[in-house]
Amino acid sequence: MEIAVISGKGGTGKSSICSAFISIAGSAVAVDCDVDASNLHLLFTPTKDEETIFESGSYAAIDYDKCTNCGVCADLCRFDAIGYENGRVTIAETGCDGCYLCARACPNQAISMHIADKSRMYAGTYRYGDMVYGRLSPGEENSGKLVNLLRDKAKKCADKSGCQTIILDGPPGIGCPVISTITGVDRVVVVTEPTMSGFLDMQRVIDVVNKFTIRLYVIVNKCDLNKSMGKKIDKWCKERSIPIIAHLPFDSEIVDAMLAGKTIVEHNKESHIAHLIEDAYNLIVNDSCI
Amino acid sequence: MNIVVASGKGGTGKTFVSTNLFYLLRQKNISTYLVDCDAEAPNSFIFFKTKKIKEEVVTEYRPIIDRTNCVLCGKCAEYCTYNAIFFLPIANKIQLLDDLCHGCAACSFACNYSAIRDSYKFIGKVTSYKDENNVACMFEAKMTPGVASPVPIIKSAIKSVFKSTNNQPTSYVIMDSPPGTSCPFIQTVSHADFVVLVTEPTPFGLSDLRQAVDTLKTMNKQVGVIINRAGIGNRDVYTYLDEQSIPLLGEIPFSKEIAFAYSEGRIAVKEDSSLQAIFEDVFNKIVSYGNSSN
Repeated sequence: MEIAVISGKGGTGKSSICSAFISIAGSAVAVDCDVDASNLHLLFTPTKDEETIFESGSYAAIDYDKCTNCGVCADLCRFDAIGYENGRVTIAETGCDGCYLCARACPNQAISMHIADKSRMYAGTYRYGDMVYGRLSPGEENSGKLVNLLRDKAKKCADKSGCQTIILDGPPGIGCPVISTITGVDRVVVVTEPTMSGFLDMQRVIDVVNKFTIRLYVIVNKCDLNKSMGKKIDKWCKERSIPIIAHLPFDSEIVDAMLAGKTIVEHNKESHIAHLIEDAYNLIVNDSCI
Repeated sequence: MNIVVASGKGGTGKTFVSTNLFYLLRQKNISTYLVDCDAEAPNSFIFFKTKKIKEEVVTEYRPIIDRTNCVLCGKCAEYCTYNAIFFLPIANKIQLLDDLCHGCAACSFACNYSAIRDSYKFIGKVTSYKDENNVACMFEAKMTPGVASPVPIIKSAIKSVFKSTNNQPTSYVIMDSPPGTSCPFIQTVSHADFVVLVTEPTPFGLSDLRQAVDTLKTMNKQVGVIINRAGIGNRDVYTYLDEQSIPLLGEIPFSKEIAFAYSEGRIAVKEDSSLQAIFEDVFNKIVSYGNSSN
């Protein structure tokens, strides 16, 4: 079973809850799909047995010995990546999408394409099995493609070890890497918090999840922060028959666990919050809540 | 001066800092604009009484393959870097795969038979709002769910604000950045004169802060840090700032009252004078560090 934990809004507690799930599962392939700001490895300190170069795309560069400053490339570029700096045609690498059009169109063959190859995929082992994670180099693209690569690798690891559970820690937002994280998984858990932004972002990300047919659950974290906002979330979910599988109060033990490099379950298995997360996890895997 | 509020890690308080700073500066009659560049999750304007002025639609190029002119030569598919044109001549089939298309129009350039017509797909919108004094000072980038990249929408929103400010050097543009360090973040911070990084004093916060700092260093950006939820976690982030000689602009205490005001969509500095003092100090530091670099 593949379980993805996402949130829409960042900082709602995805990684803390996800890592607790992994502890409860006892054996799981862990995948950190937040390739922009991965955190799971801080808790699980996996080995780095395999390092794979991820080619995230390409970017264009001008050879000024050949460039006649004709501007054909600048006119064609749909990404506003080519402009003029001090009267000279210039490509902003951060804007370039790597489409090759300028390189093909240049009448003087002055533009060459280069592979963006600084991003990495890592695979190793940690205390509950295999772990796959990645690092998208700053400004590089195609985080969705890297997530797909991580998930393929995770499946291979699971097949090899016979591990039945893959748990994915998702990225924030609603874009490409989120879509790649949830495509084809068995369960999606949306972690929200009772703030206006948490509520709105949850709605947006559920919109995206609903484009698929995936069993969806909500966890309201820091539920004691704002009770009336919490009620609004409860009502909204109820009207849509989306099960809320846990209301987790704010608990400083979550931060203590993080500081100790442990999951909340490892840190204090008998804590109230660890029990709540365990109940939620059991509901998900047994899917007894409709 | 363009101030980008960013974080690396999501949920550290970017929007909280952007909106409170914006409110404070406008209270002081300082010409200030706010752009919510977090197009996947724009939430800045739930904090203000706003009046919508206009909505600009953001579109992306999409080719339409006209089969009456198409000779199935396959040149468009060959030019498409994204494999977005499915071409199977044996089955007399050519088709655009919309999800894969980035809208570069290389196919249109490639086609010698006028078989590709231009069309544009709706991918999001930029909304501008005015405040109670009828000043157009707020801009929001919002991506349509299911769209892959927010970058074109962010670009449009930034263009819109610069059109309004006319690049007056006396005004401040606060940009609320998307999380992470990939393209949407780069697109936003590339316009920054000063980047305010908001973090929290936890291992996760520090790890993501490091990545953002490393990225901004390669871009030669002036950086300062606000520590939010000060009091939780540990001191590692303070040690890191010392080691890197990164200015600490301010600390926002971990407080249920502040968190509650935020959760309700209220501006916390309105009701908390000590928080207001913290933000005033932050602003003075941004101005002095920002100016010292020029």
